[in-house]
Amino acid sequence: MSMKYIDEYRDKEIVQHLIQRIQSISSREIRLMEVCGGHTMAIQKFGIPSLLPKNIHLLSGPGCPVCVTSRGYIDQAIAYSRLDDIIIASFGDLIRVPGSSSTLEKEKARGADIRIVYSSLDALDMARKNLQKKVVFLGIGFETTAPGSAATIQTAWKENLENFLLFSAHKIMPPAMEALIDEGVKIDGYIAPGHVSTITGHEIYLDFPEKFGIACVISGFEPVDLLQSVYMLVRQVEANDPKVEIQYKRAVKLKGNEKAKDIMHEVFELRDDWWRGLGVLTESGLAVREKYMNFDSEKVLNVTVESLREDKGCICGEILKGLKNPKDCKLFAKTCNPSDPVGACMVSSEGACHAYYKYNRNF
Amino acid sequence: MCLSVPAKVLEIHGEMAKVSLGGIEYEASLQIVEDIQVGDYVLLHTGYAIQKLSEEEAMETLKLFEELKELNKQIEEEEKDERGRTD
Ligand code: SF4
Repeated sequence: MSMKYIDEYRDKEIVQHLIQRIQSISSREIRLMEVCGGHTMAIQKFGIPSLLPKNIHLLSGPGCPVCVTSRGYIDQAIAYSRLDDIIIASFGDLIRVPGSSSTLEKEKARGADIRIVYSSLDALDMARKNLQKKVVFLGIGFETTAPGSAATIQTAWKENLENFLLFSAHKIMPPAMEALIDEGVKIDGYIAPGHVSTITGHEIYLDFPEKFGIACVISGFEPVDLLQSVYMLVRQVEANDPKVEIQYKRAVKLKGNEKAKDIMHEVFELRDDWWRGLGVLTESGLAVREKYMNFDSEKVLNVTVESLREDKGCICGEILKGLKNPKDCKLFAKTCNPSDPVGACMVSSEGACHAYYKYNRNF
Repeated sequence: MCLSVPAKVLEIHGEMAKVSLGGIEYEASLQIVEDIQVGDYVLLHTGYAIQKLSEEEAMETLKLFEELKELNKQIEEEEKDERGRTD
């Protein structure tokens, strides 16, 4: 791997210097939230909280796509999997998320054709090879992932491959970041999601400093990236000068990836969507536009979905809002662990509970 | 699944590319990116290249750290000076 993209961003000496800089400018209590599952994982893995002064608090937000996906969505996917001549193509984590009374993993064990894929392209290939069946791709993820799903639909459209269907749970990040503020979660600065921003650019965050006085720094994922972002955020907060800055300049252009944005807008339109922990957020989800309705499972397939049943004792919702910590959950590391997860936050490696379990052995 | 990783473009065939990720080769789609050439680094996410990585910017950021080091050194020296004066 090339030095300039990974190794130097893990350099211990640079890490030391950054910590020293942060210590020397930081005077007040400050609460920074990361809203990207990748950040959650990296922060725990590299032990970032223990490197920072005590007055700097890091919170995890609703940035793990698996974790925010609604139970209703899982129930509907399970209902699809029980239809005849259906193949469900899913990212690995998702199949373990509990629905109201089952999981996709359990359905698979009972004989449903559920296959794990790494990309929507794998699902497309499956559709080409199984023309007598319908392949339903479970599309979850934010602005980083949605353009890929959109491009896949365009390819299916060009090839007239009408047995490829997308079941979209794609979402966009800003409404969730705003919902947290509305809920009264106290945040001084956002460690803004690097890979979402790769697509969107800096624009989508401008409201946060302007309307809410919240500092924003778009961050990369290596320890040096994260510490530099904390440094930049502390500097903004200490100077009372909130704005949107990009730390992750090697991957994030001011305007993002215009081609990807165009493709995403061509295929998807905004709709109100349900987020675990946050409820329904206005214009926060991505629905397939009418032009492509033949590739939209919600238009093509008819299923009755069982009524929702809520978890008992799981506080994922509060954790996704940054109000509680995994340690606050009575089930944490007892009834609930990565091999037998109760809630979605323990399923995904990007979930707060899972990351906390994996990297904080001394709880 | 949110992870995106830097990968080097080895070959391009139409909208698909062969990329190398820590020595292992993968197929990646170039459908949602522009102006990619063999030898470029791209961020790879669920089978799609989502952005070209900028070498200049990567270098710029690293240069900033040199400045930070300088700043730290300066501050340390000033502190030493001050201590010297008060002693
Ligand atoms: S530890 Fe398990 S039950 Fe508790 S909040 Fe996390 S996912 Fe839910």
